[in-house]
Amino acid sequence: MVELGEMATRNWGKGRGRREDAMPKEIEIDEIRPLLDAGAQLVEVLPEPEYEEEHLPGAINIPLKQMTREAVAGLEKDRAVIVYCWDYL
Amino acid sequence: MSPRAAWRLERLGFTQVYDFVPGKMAWLAMGWPREGTAAAVPNAGEVARRGTPTCALDDRIGDVRETLLAVGRHVCIVVNAAGIVEGRLRGRALEETPEATAEEAMELGPTTIRPNERLEPLVERMRKRGVRTIIVSDLKGQLVGILYREDAERALEAARG
Repeated sequence: MVELGEMATRNWGKGRGRREDAMPKEIEIDEIRPLLDAGAQLVEVLPEPEYEEEHLPGAINIPLKQMTREAVAGLEKDRAVIVYCWDYL
Repeated sequence: MSPRAAWRLERLGFTQVYDFVPGKMAWLAMGWPREGTAAAVPNAGEVARRGTPTCALDDRIGDVRETLLAVGRHVCIVVNAAGIVEGRLRGRALEETPEATAEEAMELGPTTIRPNERLEPLVERMRKRGVRTIIVSDLKGQLVGILYREDAERALEAARG
């Protein structure tokens, strides 16, 4: 199992960890399940009708157009969070 | 869209943000679990029969035939070392000389569908073409199982209530 801390280090670069160095990390199909198993939060950013029709188990819906400070208040800021939409586009 | 959402979260103070670039389409094409209204109707991966006999490219037809006989099956899927579907053995291919390899005898590159294929249009296509079974493989080309048209028809009937 991949430790979240380890992924975070890879994300930010060795020996760094300051907020200004943080940047989103792209993950592929083989990386998402270990992260979820380790407790990552999951957010679908597509519009609500698409989420209602079909989504990943445990995902919550925060459409990109509604991604305000208030909308994300229920998420833990220091815990890993994975966002996804439909595909690469 | 997800890259922009990831950066938005980073801006909002999240410290470990991951962008699952392949997205929902890739997840579903792996045949992994799903939630939502669409999940009330099973898809191809959920109806496909598991436990399909498989063999390696270098296996001998004589051995494959014996194995199939022992388990009462008539089709074997040929997979490589990574579990990727390479071919199919059935009918005449299984009547090759016992020394022939699966690779020599197999039907190369059989048609496969993804697990997230919706059943209704799929069954319609299978009916039109007179197809009774079709191989289901995931996004990577690994075998999921075999979908039987009769199973898909039954599943659709059940979903309609």
